[in-house]
Amino acid sequence: MQFTLNGVPATVDAHPMRRLLDVLREECGLTGTKEGCGEGECGACTVLVDGQAVVSCLVPVAQVAGADVRTIEGLGTDHALQHHFMNEAGAQCGICTPGMIMTASTLPKDATLEEIRVALAGNLCRCTGYEAIYRAIQRANEERA
Amino acid sequence: MPAVGTSVPRKDGIGKATGSARYADDLHFPGMLYGRTIRSTIPCGRIRSVKLDFDQTGFTVVDYRDIPAEGKNIVALVEYDQPFLVERAIRHLAEPILLLAHADREALNAARVEIEYDVAEPLFDVERSAQLLKGLSIDKGDLEAGFAAADLIIEGTYRTGHQEHVYIEPNGVIAVPEGQGVTLHGSMQCPFYVVKALKSLFGDDAPIRVVQTETGGGFGGKEEYPSMIAGHAALLARKSGRPVKIVYDRTEDMVATTKRHPSIVRHRTGVTRDGRLVAMDVDVLIDGGAYITLSPVVISRGSIHAAGPYRCDNIRIAGRAMFTNTPPNGAFRGFGAPQTLFAIEAHMDRIAESLGMDPVAIREVNALRPGDTTATGQTLTGDCSALEVLREAVRRTDFHRKRAEYKGTNRGIGLSLFFHGAGFTGSGEHRLESKAALELTPTGVRILVASTEIGQGTRTMHAQIVTDALGIPYEQVEVAQPDTMLVPDSGPTVASRTCMVVGKILERCALEMREKLGTLTPAEYYAAHGPLTILKQHEPPAWITWDEERYSGDAYATYSWGCDVAEVELDPDTYEVRPTHFTAVQEFGRAIHPGLARGQIEGGTAQGLGFALLERVVMKDGGMANASLTNYTIPTTLDTPTMDIAILENFYADGPSGAKGLGELPLDGPAPAIVNAIRHLSIDIREIPATPEHILSACSSR
Amino acid sequence: MKTATSGLSLREPHSVEDAYRMMREERLTPIAGATDLFVGLNFGTLDARAFVDLSRLDSLRAIAVKDDVLHIGALASYTAIMQSGEVRERVPMLVAAAGQVGGVQIQNRGTLGGNIANGSPAGDSLPVLAVADALVVMCSVDGERRVPFTAFHTGYRTSVLRHDEIIVCVEIPRIEGRQWFRKVGTRAAQAISKLVMAGVRGDTTRVAIGSVAPTVLRLPRTETLLSVGGNIDEAVAELQQEIAPIDDIRSTADYRRQVAANLLRRFWSDTA
Repeated sequence: MQFTLNGVPATVDAHPMRRLLDVLREECGLTGTKEGCGEGECGACTVLVDGQAVVSCLVPVAQVAGADVRTIEGLGTDHALQHHFMNEAGAQCGICTPGMIMTASTLPKDATLEEIRVALAGNLCRCTGYEAIYRAIQRANEERA
Repeated sequence: MPAVGTSVPRKDGIGKATGSARYADDLHFPGMLYGRTIRSTIPCGRIRSVKLDFDQTGFTVVDYRDIPAEGKNIVALVEYDQPFLVERAIRHLAEPILLLAHADREALNAARVEIEYDVAEPLFDVERSAQLLKGLSIDKGDLEAGFAAADLIIEGTYRTGHQEHVYIEPNGVIAVPEGQGVTLHGSMQCPFYVVKALKSLFGDDAPIRVVQTETGGGFGGKEEYPSMIAGHAALLARKSGRPVKIVYDRTEDMVATTKRHPSIVRHRTGVTRDGRLVAMDVDVLIDGGAYITLSPVVISRGSIHAAGPYRCDNIRIAGRAMFTNTPPNGAFRGFGAPQTLFAIEAHMDRIAESLGMDPVAIREVNALRPGDTTATGQTLTGDCSALEVLREAVRRTDFHRKRAEYKGTNRGIGLSLFFHGAGFTGSGEHRLESKAALELTPTGVRILVASTEIGQGTRTMHAQIVTDALGIPYEQVEVAQPDTMLVPDSGPTVASRTCMVVGKILERCALEMREKLGTLTPAEYYAAHGPLTILKQHEPPAWITWDEERYSGDAYATYSWGCDVAEVELDPDTYEVRPTHFTAVQEFGRAIHPGLARGQIEGGTAQGLGFALLERVVMKDGGMANASLTNYTIPTTLDTPTMDIAILENFYADGPSGAKGLGELPLDGPAPAIVNAIRHLSIDIREIPATPEHILSACSSR
Repeated sequence: MKTATSGLSLREPHSVEDAYRMMREERLTPIAGATDLFVGLNFGTLDARAFVDLSRLDSLRAIAVKDDVLHIGALASYTAIMQSGEVRERVPMLVAAAGQVGGVQIQNRGTLGGNIANGSPAGDSLPVLAVADALVVMCSVDGERRVPFTAFHTGYRTSVLRHDEIIVCVEIPRIEGRQWFRKVGTRAAQAISKLVMAGVRGDTTRVAIGSVAPTVLRLPRTETLLSVGGNIDEAVAELQQEIAPIDDIRSTADYRRQVAANLLRRFWSDTA
């Protein structure tokens, strides 16, 4: 089956019911997408499908045929969110960070603090108490504005 | 400009934010198998038979008989009682019995093992347990005389539940067979604990190497249990001759691994009319679970903190950890202190209420000052900041005004005052003989420590200390990945000791290196003279004296101090208590990296709020019945209030650049601050988590 | 994932007719957003092995008003529901419910049809559909049939849906009166309901409640009391007769009873 992965056409040979998460990690070698729970609760496996944040542990890969899939690797290594997550200590242990950044990347750059909190309610972080994450997103948004 | 005290760029680099940082499950080795653990499905009894009900082609199967003759079936830790694999007797649910490995995970998951048991009667209720795991008694002054001098005696019982760590990365290791030995890569806090456990498993001569992979959170949960998983993977790897990866899924991680010890703390306190504490009788009971593991040390720290940060001449604290047929409880950020500090701080507000005093006044009267002695008889010096944190918290929250203003509304405000001893208890640091080293590289220096980065900022903070002591640019300091072949044993990454203890050794290494280099830069010296490594051992302050038998003396080299203020709102329809704003004022000597230090306080506070309000482990038939992230709920963004963090400085002479320990302190304060804010709403809560169901019962019995 | 993928099959119809035919040919479990179903597969607790993917049947995604009746396609996601002008105008209580389902990631994938088919008594949208007098439209090769939402579920996770039928649409007539919704979860977001209630107060009053019985319940006797101008205390007493909550890992029967009573009072005062 075929889909667009981080802007590039990808062809994978995978069972249609495999989790998108496993296909990304094991077939495509993109291990930046993490598994924290396998029940869609923690958001560590968040990727974008056609621009929308989804938890890739709950997506059968068949459903992304023809779709545009973006993972943390697709943001490159120089995205404002990436820098500010490190600088503001929005990442501590880092395991939630890729998913957190992917969800944050769907926010408009004029997002209010309350909008950020609502948007991130599906991404659990156990290290930061979220405050540093808000700071990182706000700094990045200021830079993008 | 010095590196210490500024929020320099993290040594982690950008890998965590780009997805390139490699965690255990991200690693793959050629020929690798996947491992699976077959566990007991009963909490107590004996194994009668084990039947492998599947085609064993391609499988590696391990049980206790595969442990080599030169080794022992014991996870070596404080005591030597917990087996890697059950031989006959089952002491708790989900106890490891058999290990399977296969190249294909579907085949592995499909394998069925039938185990027959002789079932025995389990014991789950810690109050009914007659099996003492560890008991201790702290005695100061004359308790009876103290009570005789009291105008009023106030009693109370306070309970806390299990708490699950919920590091977002579940436990995972990979064992790679190498010659006669094993190299173990994994998510962990304490690489040398794993070495010790594997040496006990395979014999002292077995070559064992342990490499910490990037670790997705620990909070104490990856202190001791990784030794168990490492043993399992290593047994499978040795038998199959191939690398074996074991990664737990969330359910297995929650059901099988350690949790915070549930506690029951009873206080009986004598006070005078003007609010002075004159007698404190405290009984601390914790549920150790089925094996000793770290419970002796947890009851020790919990008991030492049980009288709170208060001056009182007559104290008796009796601590007991008991066995039950539940999975062993273990290390969790705070290590017994959050439980006992919850009890004393909730109790202090009840004492204040009984005396008609306000919560600040009772603490002003009793807070420890320099020159006072703690429960163990330790005389505090200038590093005691109880009053300072209290006054700053009261000032910046406008506590008295809000306290009056919220009265009679659905809003409440409460505070907690707390302290936390940094480093191992008593002579613990002396016994550890921790080492750290600094070596020259062609371009600068490299830090060699076993202290792990688990999110708290170890690499960065150590590099800052070395930068300033050596007087070189921060960019010239690199930090080696903890690999037991390359780094010395710096002791475990626990007990808020990584900055204060290991950082101090590094500072001494750097100062000595500075002398050796003279006027040369590291690169110049290296080019002229070649490699240079300086290794030093921790030297605990000479004045520390500790009597392990009588639990008296200098329990910790120093303490950090905190005062938290919680503001809450009660929903009168649903009995939900929502924290609306939270203030944390904390003194821990000095913040090496203010950004990371603030992150520790904010994150520890959020965990403490979960402990206070949301996180309830439902135990059924000896196991966790809500073992999923759907049903064990940790705070989301919308459960976490805005926070005001204030860091007070009080440079500590024996710490690196004036720093003490910080990691655990932030978890001690939130639960009692929340419960005291709920008390301000005239709701009497003495047990956490204070779930809406619990608050409803308290309201009904009002 | 605990369930072996190799033992699963997935059929991928290109039209609804294709789907009806496949479902007549063999016993298939439909997948739409997969947000519940894949949790079961991950945990190894789902028995089904043969599936049919409805997610490409775009005709089931539409949200439109026809003859003053709001049609919400079974594949409409919670996000689409929240963004729909028609739904916001006509059924704001459904928008409120959709916003309380999981996190953003689940709202982007989870569907209204899935919430109905899954049939959990804790389903957040279900009390809304119950008080909206919604009709569930089901289709098979034999054609279409409609049942009132309140007659759809027959017991704990059982329904009148036949094995060869799929839910294609929900029809919601214009609602007269003030709408009200409240979810009480295990935390502030990303939570399963301990209690979920919806109400409409107009010429007649309608109240439905989830997580207090094997299915989401309408409360006909309580409604009658409120509709004829009975006082709220009597209605609360009647509500206690109509619900049958239990203790489980998320809450207690006592709590659910008390909070159900409180919410009924709050509904009544908020909509006065």
